[in-house]
Amino acid sequence: MNGFVENLPLLSVITFTPLLGVLLLLTIRADDPEIVARNSRWVTLWVTVGTFLASLLIWTNFDSSTADFQFVEQAAWFPEFGISYHMGVDGISMLFVILSTFLMPLCVLASWDAIKTRVREYMIAFLILETMMVGMFCALDMVLFYVFFEGVLIPMFLIIGVWGGARRVYAAFKFFLYTLTGSVLLLIAILAMYFVAETTNIPTLMTTDFPFQMQFWLWLGLFASFAVKVPMWPVHTWLPDAHVEAPTAGSVILAGVLLKMGAYGFLRFSMPMLPLASEYFTPLVYGLSIVAVIYTSLVALAQEDMKKLIAYSSVAHMGFVTVGIFAATQQAVQGAIYQMLSHGVVSGALFLCVGVVYDRLHTREIGRYGGLVNNMPKYAFVFMLMMMASVGLPGTSGFVGEFLILTGVFQVNTWVSLLTATGVILGATYMLYLYRRVIYGELVKEDLKDMLDLSRREIAIFAPLCVVVMWMGVYPMSFLVVMEASVTKLITDYHAALDANALASGLVDGVRLALGR
Amino acid sequence: MTALPNLTPAYAEMFLAIAGMALLMVGVFRKSDPVRGVTMLAILAFAVAAVLSISTNGAETVTFNGLFVVNAFTGFAKLLILLGAGLAMLLALPWARNEGVSRYELPVIMVFAVLGMMMMVSANNLISLYVGLELQSLALYVLAAFNRGNLKATEAGVKYFVLGALASGLLLYGSSLVYGFSGTTSFAGLADALTGAESNAGVIVGIVFVICGFAFKVSAVPFHMWTPDVYEGAPTPVTAFFSVAPKIAALCLFLRILVGPFEDLMVQWRQVLTVICVASMLWGAVAAIAQNNIKRLMAYSSIGHVGYALIGLIAGTQEGARGMIYYMLIYLFMNVGTFAVILSMRVKDRYVESIDDLSGISKTNPAISLALTALMFSMAGIPPLAGFFGKYFVFAAAVNSGLIPLAVIGVLSSVIGAYYYLRLIKIMYFDESAESFDCPDYSTSLVMGVCALAVVVFIFLPEPLLAGADAAAAALFQG
Repeated sequence: MNGFVENLPLLSVITFTPLLGVLLLLTIRADDPEIVARNSRWVTLWVTVGTFLASLLIWTNFDSSTADFQFVEQAAWFPEFGISYHMGVDGISMLFVILSTFLMPLCVLASWDAIKTRVREYMIAFLILETMMVGMFCALDMVLFYVFFEGVLIPMFLIIGVWGGARRVYAAFKFFLYTLTGSVLLLIAILAMYFVAETTNIPTLMTTDFPFQMQFWLWLGLFASFAVKVPMWPVHTWLPDAHVEAPTAGSVILAGVLLKMGAYGFLRFSMPMLPLASEYFTPLVYGLSIVAVIYTSLVALAQEDMKKLIAYSSVAHMGFVTVGIFAATQQAVQGAIYQMLSHGVVSGALFLCVGVVYDRLHTREIGRYGGLVNNMPKYAFVFMLMMMASVGLPGTSGFVGEFLILTGVFQVNTWVSLLTATGVILGATYMLYLYRRVIYGELVKEDLKDMLDLSRREIAIFAPLCVVVMWMGVYPMSFLVVMEASVTKLITDYHAALDANALASGLVDGVRLALGR
Repeated sequence: MTALPNLTPAYAEMFLAIAGMALLMVGVFRKSDPVRGVTMLAILAFAVAAVLSISTNGAETVTFNGLFVVNAFTGFAKLLILLGAGLAMLLALPWARNEGVSRYELPVIMVFAVLGMMMMVSANNLISLYVGLELQSLALYVLAAFNRGNLKATEAGVKYFVLGALASGLLLYGSSLVYGFSGTTSFAGLADALTGAESNAGVIVGIVFVICGFAFKVSAVPFHMWTPDVYEGAPTPVTAFFSVAPKIAALCLFLRILVGPFEDLMVQWRQVLTVICVASMLWGAVAAIAQNNIKRLMAYSSIGHVGYALIGLIAGTQEGARGMIYYMLIYLFMNVGTFAVILSMRVKDRYVESIDDLSGISKTNPAISLALTALMFSMAGIPPLAGFFGKYFVFAAAVNSGLIPLAVIGVLSSVIGAYYYLRLIKIMYFDESAESFDCPDYSTSLVMGVCALAVVVFIFLPEPLLAGADAAAAALFQG
């Protein structure tokens, strides 16, 4: 069994199984659209569950004692240009692969009844999306990475535009063009890196020394793309629109995985490849992140739309993540990754919570709800757990990430740590306020009284999410241990590069001093 | 002295010339409706010419006293031209039947136009270049006005002819200046005469005129004014032909002449071309936004694409040439595929051209809308589709030649351009459905399917497609 797994190109299997699912869906032939829809749902569910189970094999076979890339596959692709099909995962990317495959079956379940038109096309779009996401986290070649990174836009554009809400066209265009604008600058940066290193192989680029002047521009190119994806203030404005208009499952993937792509980009490219520029721009990132944490939290407080509120809270939480990454200490970076994983699960779950009541009442306006605890106790429990995890209550996943980040940042910069910490308080404010208005109070509105509690399908969706949130909160070591070696290497290399540079410039100064000029 | 020149390299051209004349005879003397037969024979002639061109493809050979050259580059360019023309001809077949066109001249003139293009890319002397170019242009003027009863088509033909004649004049004038200041018209002689010479004002003015003439032929801004009108006025299969074959021919010639005889004046022509290239990319992207006729939209789209292809030329390196050839190859499939979609836009036996006619066809004609979606995302340069790689390689060449600002302008204009490609997808998928289209013809569907599939699966099998392009670019930079 072990030999079989070792010989299997596991990452390619996980990446391209959903594409096989697409081919399978295309073969469904039936005159009755209802039969096509039902078959599409089941096929997609089984394909995504299968992909998830296969991805667990990476975890069980993962060697967490090394920082090297594992399950590496390499094949010629555009040999003339030094571009290869190169896949592999390390402690940083592995868990994101699992996160993507984990959320996917839940999204299919969440769309079971909510999507009634063009079900097959919807499922095809989601399966393509899964291929792109998984491929992106596994890619070890910058061009391959870019192909997956940008390829996400195509299915997401269609998901928002076809199955979205009232202003879906506007939101879809905004999402697409905003992201594309940032990404094309990333492309130029990739080309410039290729120009120096003659390859787009990520492990090679990590050991390439770029001159500071070049790092400066490259970093800005990468930042343009990743900051939009994260999204960082002030380029976050596409996010509320996209979230509000997207169907529930689309929001889950957007918040759960797509937002992580930007932060993952910082970890995979900006920090290891451009350490000098990363250090140079750290104050900028701090500044933008602090604004994001405080400002968007306040904006979230003023929202009347549930999805919009959670969307803004995502921006604030991702502010924590960017602060943690650029603090560049072991705890902060591990905390940032942990926070991303936790946020992926929790914000996904919160969007699903919104989806539950939206499916029943077809409105997301907070004022239309109230007193749901009376007739939906199970729902109130799930919502409460996820809300607490979002706030960062000890014992839930949110606490671990935020605590590690704040501890790590505190060692580097107390003021940044202090200002970021205000986000925890503000987060508690808007989340508790939301919870009170939706769940508590008197059940007075007539149409609310008829609302049913969670169905069995919905319980099946939320149960795994609740388990994971508690597990991540109570026993974080099972996740932290996986990423430890890779993060240590990242931090060590980063500081080594900075020290080497400081030494070099110190030498130049010393020589100048000795010569007396 | 009286010995016959070596004819072997020119077999393909000679065959096509004879085939064109023979087809004319067939058309005249055939009693029953000759259109279908002549069209099929013309496609066959293209196929034979392609085989002949491949079989003579090898080491560089010069013949006809240095007027005519073949090498891997011209061979590949001819293949592209023949492929584009053949696919366009396949589209013309059902069109002629549906429209009840009983004039067999269309395929014959197309054969002659292709012959002119093949002569052009093989030209090794300013004189033979001009002869080839004029044969092509005269054939194209006729094609543009082929629907002679239609006001728009007539306008298109006249506009194209007047502006085209002007461009030819510019080209000729530039050639004469180059000749006057260097003393030769042969490419090899020009390369010798211009090597290391101090940049001569007369030659530079001459080159600028030559570039203007070519810019007209490839419809680059600011010589693009004819393009939207001609695209709209000409019959759709002819437009498909216009958008690929002559462009590929002129771009290939552009490449050959600028990195061949005029290589040492790169600093000078690069400035001119950069302006043309930037203007084409930006104007192609911006002006297309306001179009409602899909053929006009494609006209502006092709203007933009020429701008991107020119980036490879401006880089002036072998890598750039390779990127440009890739770009043309991918562009060919994207464009012909899109025109196949346009030709399947038929409502109640009538061709429609407004982009609003596409509304909601994802429900009524899912296959067509899927194909067009793939093609549009590809045109916008979104990975993993082929169009992305076309752009990637020209931008890579530009960055490697230190032309980062040009690359940045290029990618940003591609974002602007993405808007109108997305708009078509939006109309198909997000809008309410209008009337559904008639079932497309067999050959139209075939062309559409092949092109869309090529665009999608390119990522999995790039090697065989690109091997020829690599050899072609290498041949260009041997000397």
